[in-house]
Amino acid sequence: MSVPVVAALAACGSSGPSSSTASGSAAGAGGGASYWYLTGQPGEGIRKGAVDRFNAANPSTQIAQTAFQNDAYKTKIKTAIGAGQAPTIIWGWGGGGLKSYVDASQVDDLTSWFDENSDVKKKLFPASFGAATVGGKIYAMPCETVQPIVLFYNKTVFDKVGAQPPQSWDELMALVPKFNSAGIAPISLGGQSRWTNMMWLEFLFDRIGGPEVFQAAFEGQKDAWSNPDAITALTKVQDLVKADGFIKGFSSITADSNADQALLYTGKAAMMLHGTWTYGSMKSDGGDFVKGGHLGYMNFPTVTGGKGDPSNTVGNPGQYLSISSKATDAEKEVAKKFFKTGVLDDTEVKAWIDTGSIPIVNGADAKIAGSEDADWLKFVYGVASGAKTFAQSWDQALQPTAAETLLDNIAKLFQLSITPEQFATNMNAVTNS
Amino acid sequence: MTLASVGSVKTAPIGSATNVHGRSLAWLAVPALVFFIAFGVIPLIGVLALSFTTWDGIGEVIPSGLDSWRATLTNPGLPHAMWVTFQVMVLSWLFQTPMSILLGVFLAGAQKYRALYSVLYFIPLLLSSAAIAITFKALLDPNFGLGTGLALPFLNQDWLGEPTLALGVVVFVVSWQYIPFHSLIYQGAVRQIPTSMYEAAQIDGAGRIRQFFSITLPQLKNTIITSSTLMVVGSLTFFDLIYVLTAGGPGDATRVLALEMYKTGFQGNLMGPASCIAVILVVVGLLLALLFRRIGGGDETSSQLEGA
Repeated sequence: MSVPVVAALAACGSSGPSSSTASGSAAGAGGGASYWYLTGQPGEGIRKGAVDRFNAANPSTQIAQTAFQNDAYKTKIKTAIGAGQAPTIIWGWGGGGLKSYVDASQVDDLTSWFDENSDVKKKLFPASFGAATVGGKIYAMPCETVQPIVLFYNKTVFDKVGAQPPQSWDELMALVPKFNSAGIAPISLGGQSRWTNMMWLEFLFDRIGGPEVFQAAFEGQKDAWSNPDAITALTKVQDLVKADGFIKGFSSITADSNADQALLYTGKAAMMLHGTWTYGSMKSDGGDFVKGGHLGYMNFPTVTGGKGDPSNTVGNPGQYLSISSKATDAEKEVAKKFFKTGVLDDTEVKAWIDTGSIPIVNGADAKIAGSEDADWLKFVYGVASGAKTFAQSWDQALQPTAAETLLDNIAKLFQLSITPEQFATNMNAVTNS
Repeated sequence: MTLASVGSVKTAPIGSATNVHGRSLAWLAVPALVFFIAFGVIPLIGVLALSFTTWDGIGEVIPSGLDSWRATLTNPGLPHAMWVTFQVMVLSWLFQTPMSILLGVFLAGAQKYRALYSVLYFIPLLLSSAAIAITFKALLDPNFGLGTGLALPFLNQDWLGEPTLALGVVVFVVSWQYIPFHSLIYQGAVRQIPTSMYEAAQIDGAGRIRQFFSITLPQLKNTIITSSTLMVVGSLTFFDLIYVLTAGGPGDATRVLALEMYKTGFQGNLMGPASCIAVILVVVGLLLALLFRRIGGGDETSSQLEGA
């Protein structure tokens, strides 16, 4: 793979002003590492800033950086790793994807490095290490931010209809006809992206049956998806679809274009279940929607009689940086130096907080107070740190093959083209070990 | 694309060129042959080999005999994808062929304004499939699309979210993109028809419609076969447009074979079964190309210019 191709791909994928300035061969004379990460502001600028500061401070050990658009990156990184062309530092989501790299011996075991550099380990949220650990060993450095999924709502629309945010599933179902008769879609959903639908199931599974239900499927227990609680959750989500709970045409809306967020802040929809990363873009795109205090947020409502703890949440416990096993020793040293001194330095921590995100650094809450988004940040910090169980998103936790089948079946479930029982049968077939 | 070049190389008459003009001409085929072998034949052999292995795209390639084939052929997604591909193929042929012939005949006229039209009609062909898909996706958005913009509620259908409509939209957009190309082929073919035939028909008292059905259409026979081959074989490889427009959705309503292959290989990390689907695509494409050649070449002795 030649450098121009990589650069061209990056140029296609990036939407921001800072596409790639990287070139693998042009790194400093003292040996350099390469690092691929995602485009999309504000994250892209913060990632670039961290590398630029590292490069400025370490003239002899440079890191060449290339940015890719999210969906393109997922394919690109897999292909590059398979072809032995991986960058030194591999940005990822941990979980099942990381496990597939580990199984193929493509990433380095960092357990002993973390033992030697316990200050780095102590700096980070302990919960973030779960998705970095495979078979008891740590294969990735957690980085960036914690991103639970929360229920957003449009306060203006709720006031107009005279409704209260739902505290339970029954209340939520009762709100559906109320909003529909007012000509407002109850829930915005970017259903073509599929993982957006999945978030509803993740919470329903948890609230009804507790985290054990998915955990059993994740561990490959026989017929785990046929658990009665799972069937109840699948049925409930179809009930919501049948009641026109989701906006008309949801299965042709994509989350990548932020159209689902636009529906919420333009008042066309009343609620949206989404990751905390959407706060920043709603703030920048939604006019005075966020600044004017019209955005409401809460943890997912309870389900009456459910076994799950209402404090539980799901989402991304962090993002992850791994080191390619194919890199040279010199490159690996640069990467480790970057992990130690560059990743989540004080400037980066502040930059994440400024965008309304909680970096996975212990004591980050102390830096929230002065922020203009203090209320929001306190809420996210509370959800993330107060959760009895912080589950990783299913599609990231599962192995890629099972994840693809899962997303496929979720799309069909929301189309009402398969029943909950068929869903369970299809999923059992791939996760039974 | 690979499939189209299979046909073109096959028709390159290396043997006969040697006989008629001597040795030197055969070398003209070498550059094309080298490219075809490097980018067509060798990858094909690679895919065939991969279809007998298990590979997640990252780790080692493990030979596994017929495992991948068994998994592929028992997967209910395969007949579904084949059915969707078949629907797209037939529907887009049914839509494109009459439109292209009519437009081609119209554009073949000598009038100046028709020349202008043919330039305008050509524009969709210059756009990339991804750009077309993104544009139509935005226009058809149920909440922020054309219907809302123009305040025409009947345009506010769930175009890409309802299985039948989504398939219709895919066929329409594909046709919108390729009709200009086929019109161009027909325009050229119509201009080849000797005007003496029309003059004779006029003397015999045939009207315009009669002339179209009795002279133009029969004279276009070979062109129709060429254009249909391109349409049908080409529709096997539709990927980019559908991927961007619907991503195969809603559910799997527009998941054609090429998309099934991509999702299996690059999203599901199952390179073995994905290679099996690729082999199936190649075989189906070759069979179709062969079939059309048979239809077209069946009566090679009969002259197109009979009676002219």
